[in-house]
Amino acid sequence: MDNLTSYLIISAILFVLGLYAVMTRRNGIAILMGIELILNSASLNFVAFNRFGGMTKLDGHVFSIFIICLAAAEAVVALAIIINLFKNLESVNVDHASSMKG
Amino acid sequence: MTNLSSLSFYLPELFLIGIILLSIIIELIPGCRKYNYFVVLAGLISVAIMLSWSSTESVSIFMGMSVSDPFAIFFKWIFVIATFYIVLISRADNSLDKRLSGEFNILLLIVMFGLFLMVTANNLIMVYLSIEMVSIASYILAGMLKNDLKSNEASLKYVIFGAFASGLMLYGFSWLYGLSGSTDLHEISAALSGHMDQPFVIYMAILLVLVGIGYKISMVPFHYWTPDVYEGAPTPVTAYLSVAPKAAGIALLIRFFSSTFTTDISTTVSNIDWTTLVAVLSAITMTVGNLLALQQTNIKRLLAFSSIAHAGYMLMVIPVISVDARAAVMIYAVPYLFMNLGLFFMAIAIHNQTSSFEISKWKGLGSRAPLMAGIMVVLLLSLTGLPPTGGFIGKVYLFSVLIKFQQFFWLAVIGVINSVISLFYYFRIVKTMYFSSADDETVFKIHPLLYWSIISCVVPVLLLGIYWSPLINFVQHSISMF
Repeated sequence: MDNLTSYLIISAILFVLGLYAVMTRRNGIAILMGIELILNSASLNFVAFNRFGGMTKLDGHVFSIFIICLAAAEAVVALAIIINLFKNLESVNVDHASSMKG
Repeated sequence: MTNLSSLSFYLPELFLIGIILLSIIIELIPGCRKYNYFVVLAGLISVAIMLSWSSTESVSIFMGMSVSDPFAIFFKWIFVIATFYIVLISRADNSLDKRLSGEFNILLLIVMFGLFLMVTANNLIMVYLSIEMVSIASYILAGMLKNDLKSNEASLKYVIFGAFASGLMLYGFSWLYGLSGSTDLHEISAALSGHMDQPFVIYMAILLVLVGIGYKISMVPFHYWTPDVYEGAPTPVTAYLSVAPKAAGIALLIRFFSSTFTTDISTTVSNIDWTTLVAVLSAITMTVGNLLALQQTNIKRLLAFSSIAHAGYMLMVIPVISVDARAAVMIYAVPYLFMNLGLFFMAIAIHNQTSSFEISKWKGLGSRAPLMAGIMVVLLLSLTGLPPTGGFIGKVYLFSVLIKFQQFFWLAVIGVINSVISLFYYFRIVKTMYFSSADDETVFKIHPLLYWSIISCVVPVLLLGIYWSPLINFVQHSISMF
């Protein structure tokens, strides 16, 4: 397990699982978890490419650290928004948030 | 260029950071809070002064992380003007909580800083960071009305769509990095030209990048968030989202696609035909935007769909990779800024009086407020693209680029048909204003800030329709890109 392909396969599986979670889950927090999976798959790709791709610079590692930081920032804002919605709607189901149509 | 010597090209941004910090500090001192508004406005003027002093060289700064070029400075002017207007009229909007006006201004400045980074980004890391910086602050802005369910929903939909789109874009970035071994946009382009054996992977990466940027400019099929977010968000925020991040997204798209996925002036990288893809998406974007706008009765939703259609018009010339095409988008962006802001300001004025965004509340405006109604007619003419307005000049330049470049002639035909469709729903508003008698004959009251802002929006729209050579000259000087 030290070749690039196995890492890419794992990251592709993570990506597809994330996509599946975003598309099927109706719970706002579960959708966020799916998005985190997608971000982590990209992160894994960056690190794997940097380690096995023969790159001399550490761009990929740096990028994955930025992704982790921004994923945290985004999760904070998203959770605050979901809590605020829960206060008004008493639900975290995104299908219930449907007062606007057309 | 090294980090220290780059700082001299970074004065507007440094000023902006200073003002953000200053207004956060002012917000913490109870007695000073009421001055925040004026500090932010004065700060924006100082940023504008710095911008007019900034050098017109095209250089890459901060070790190639971002660039400083006339193309970016042109868009920075648009952001400064838009932010100034929104901060100015945020006082006149009754729905915004006055106690939160400090936070509102600070978040708006943070979005503006993100937009500055977005138009100067020259590296995948900067592209991702700047898009997230704009997005995260806009999520909060959209949910600013904490007790309003619609505003909550708007921010929820925005955050879920936004995070999802940026996740997909990031996955595309990781493939681009894997293919090229670099995060610099120009180095990626150089490396991709040699990868003829991997066209499928490059195509996937291009698609995923297009999702991320397309979401920011609300390109169909990534436009689902637009109407709901525009309806639910506070109106000043909606007005801002419809002009500034959209212009930045277009600028980023131009820079990204013309430096990364293009080898020289007009050959696409590895012969991958992304130009047809963008052309088809642009045709779909304007058609969907215009057709869905036809049945709207809420002014904010109508303007949301109209802004989708306008994103389609601006996307139209991006497949034509040439300097003329870039100039046409820049020319279109200026009248678009003023005409859209003017209409949103009127929506705020009517909402202040009637607490409703229904178009039926515009009834009888022609006799109740003749000057304002006349101005609205001019702005709607401009949005449709009829003379003598700036919108007409912008559209003439867009279409002339397409007609000169024979390959996408069909796109120009679709564009003209779409302009005719848009005439129908824009002039339904005119009909409501002039030919329906008002339900209530109360005097139409308008906050003086809104009144003068609307007038200052219509002046450039009319001027550009009659005497547009200064704008063309300015664009010609700002065309060069690093």
